Amino acid sequence: MNVYDIIFYLFAAITLASGFLVVTVKNIVHSAFYLLFTLFGIAGIYVLLGADFIAIVQLLVYVGGILILLLFGVMLTNKITDVDIKTGTLHIVPAVIGVGIFWGAITSILTSTHWKSLPAENIEPTTAQIGTLLITDYVLVFELLGILLLIALIGAATIARRDKE
Amino acid sequence: MIEVGLTHFLVISAALFSFGIYGVVTRKNAVMVLMGVELILNAANINFVAFARYGNFGLNGQIMALFIIILAAAEAAIALAIVLNIYKTFAHVNIDEIDNLKE
Repeated sequence: MNVYDIIFYLFAAITLASGFLVVTVKNIVHSAFYLLFTLFGIAGIYVLLGADFIAIVQLLVYVGGILILLLFGVMLTNKITDVDIKTGTLHIVPAVIGVGIFWGAITSILTSTHWKSLPAENIEPTTAQIGTLLITDYVLVFELLGILLLIALIGAATIARRDKE
Repeated sequence: MIEVGLTHFLVISAALFSFGIYGVVTRKNAVMVLMGVELILNAANINFVAFARYGNFGLNGQIMALFIIILAAAEAAIALAIVLNIYKTFAHVNIDEIDNLKE
């Protein structure tokens, strides 16, 4: 068991434990902060997979953007009278049974399949190659995503705007 | 324990996906449902990046992961705008009590 494995199990434990807490704790704000640890753990897993650029984007967009957005959503949609902002739950027993069956099935399939995986190559910086791919092979998708983000921003502002009285 | 390989990453992603589904199904608060969706998207992303490393696909998997992150950002912005509107209309965001988008 080398250092790589130990770091992998560390990040995996952080990700799974906090991911479990995200969907089980009652307090929404605590949930959002556990989501922070989950996203950090996933960024660490990306680093272990040699995806340095994706890991940084994960930290910038998810931790810096989406999580803050979600926290704003929590703050703006609750009557904050004290620190506790609870969420109700429903359908717990059927959900546990269904998700448990799904998880067991998919995990047993994953572990029993013989994956034809190449031996992992040496980890190299990927940013330059990703940049080249984005302006050559994927330039159309890249531009379309830019337009999509613009539409999403305008749409979100329009939907959330208060009506002029 | 055996050496960490492709299967380890896939198992982690399967577990995260299940947690995400559990969150989407059981939570009442709309923002919590969004958090479940984020978990699901991240699980898919781990799969893409893992296959990009252990398969013979070059960097295509990583680029797909990048696109998913962008789509998740757009989705979160739109969904939170809708949630804010729901809160303005109903004064709560419990999705099991909401049955129309206008009063």
